[in-house]
This record gives sequence, structure tokens and C-alpha cells, in this order.
Amino acid sequence: MTNLIFYCFAAMTLAGALLTVTRRNLVHAALSLILSLLGVAGLFLTAKAEFLFAAQILLYVGAVMILFLFVIFLVNVESEQQVRPFSRQWPLAIATLLAILLAGAALFRQGLPLPAPPPRAASAAGNTEQVADVLFYQYALPFEAASLLLLVAILGAVLMTRRRDAALLDAESEETSA
Amino acid sequence: MSTGHYLGVSLLLLCIGLGGMLLRRNLIIILMSLELILNAVNLNLVAFSQHWNHVTGQVFGIFVITVAVAEAAVGLALLIALYRNRGALLADEIRLLKW
Repeated sequence: MTNLIFYCFAAMTLAGALLTVTRRNLVHAALSLILSLLGVAGLFLTAKAEFLFAAQILLYVGAVMILFLFVIFLVNVESEQQVRPFSRQWPLAIATLLAILLAGAALFRQGLPLPAPPPRAASAAGNTEQVADVLFYQYALPFEAASLLLLVAILGAVLMTRRRDAALLDAESEETSA
Repeated sequence: MSTGHYLGVSLLLLCIGLGGMLLRRNLIIILMSLELILNAVNLNLVAFSQHWNHVTGQVFGIFVITVAVAEAAVGLALLIALYRNRGALLADEIRLLKW
């Protein structure tokens, strides 16, 4: 039963990813990416990472994909569909991908050098509690650094999308008032 | 499921994402492929977190998601600025630094 669920989510992930990189229509690609991200969230659930499952759905499917869809609606989708979708160096790209896939397949064929897992200690705490313990006791400083990173990202995004004529108007109004 | 199964799915996801990045011309699709690659990384981290029965991998996954969100926000803002200035979102039409 768990095998069946795992294969369902894996198929969902890979099918969504393939559709994402092959669709011409940007909205279709974004919707396929949502399918793929939901599949990854399901795989997190089968790997007993419940907190990451929730974070994946809230952050990726909820926030990032809305951002992508808004940007797609801001650019002109019709004109994007007329052009050639793939770049000219596709034989080189395909060769690179085949090389990586063959190397990976060879690694899987000879068996992964994975050491045996340690014996499982039964823990009373749930997944979210364990994650919170590790995050706030051991990694409190990187956690604060991540908040700084998000602040910089907000400022960068707002500054970057400001219209140039709006910036000019601001400068002119400052000059007249000065 | 064994850890190897998760690593296999992760490898395939990485290859699809890399293919999207190398093959497609549209910059929005390239950003989406970047998200696929970051998800492959997260899948690896979670698989090893399950293998060692230790949650540090999942904590690292949270940081990866944070950085990915920041990257998507700034990247998409850059795309909008680029579209306003040049009117194109194709990777091989942006070649001001090429000679």
C-alpha cells in the first residue's frame, strides 16, 4: 500500500515536471509545475516529513506559484506562444542530460554505497516538535539570517519592479519642493 | 520505500529541471526549472533525513525553501524589469554582453 502511494506521488512529480518543461503555453506550464510540487509534497509525507509537507504546500503551491502566475499575466502570453520554444544548442543539452542519466544509472546498477541506517529510537515527540527543537536550539543564528535574507529580497523585488517614470516623477517632485 | 527509490526520483527530477534550463528559451520557464532542481535537492535531503532517522536534513530543507522563495521573488522582479526595458523574455535575445 505504501509502495503504491509512493509510486503515485513519484509519477505525479515526474509527469508534472515533464509537462512544465515541454508546454508552450506559460499558464499550462505553471499549472503543471503545481502538480509536480504537490507530488513532491506527497513524497515528503511518505518520508515522514510532515512539517516540510505543510511548508511545501503553503510556500510553493500557495505563494511562489501565485507569484509566477501573476508575472505570466503581466507579460504578453500571446506573443510568447508564436516563437520557437527550444534553444539552438539542443543537441549539446540532450547529450549532457544523457551523460548525467547514464552516470546515475550506472551508480544505481552497482548499488548505492549507503551505510545501514542506525537502529530507530522511538521518539515521543512529533515531527514538528523535533524540527522546532533542532531549528531553534542548534540553528538559531541561520534562522535569523534567513529573516534578513527575506527582508533584502522584499526590498529588492519592490525596488526592481518600480517604474522608471515613477522614479523620475518622485525626483522631480523632490526638486520642485526643495 | 528504500532511500534509493527517493534518490532515483530526485535524480530524474534534477535531469528534467536541468533539461528545462538548457533547452527552453523562455526565462519564466527557466526559473520554473530552477524550482524543479531545488525540489530535487529537498527530496534528497528528506530522503537522507529518513535514512538516518534524524531531522537535521529537514531543517536544512526549510532553509532551502526559504532561499528558493527569496530567489523566485527577486528573479521574477528582475524579469518584469527586463520585460519593461527590452520587451522580450527570451534567453538568447539578451546578449548585450556578447561580442
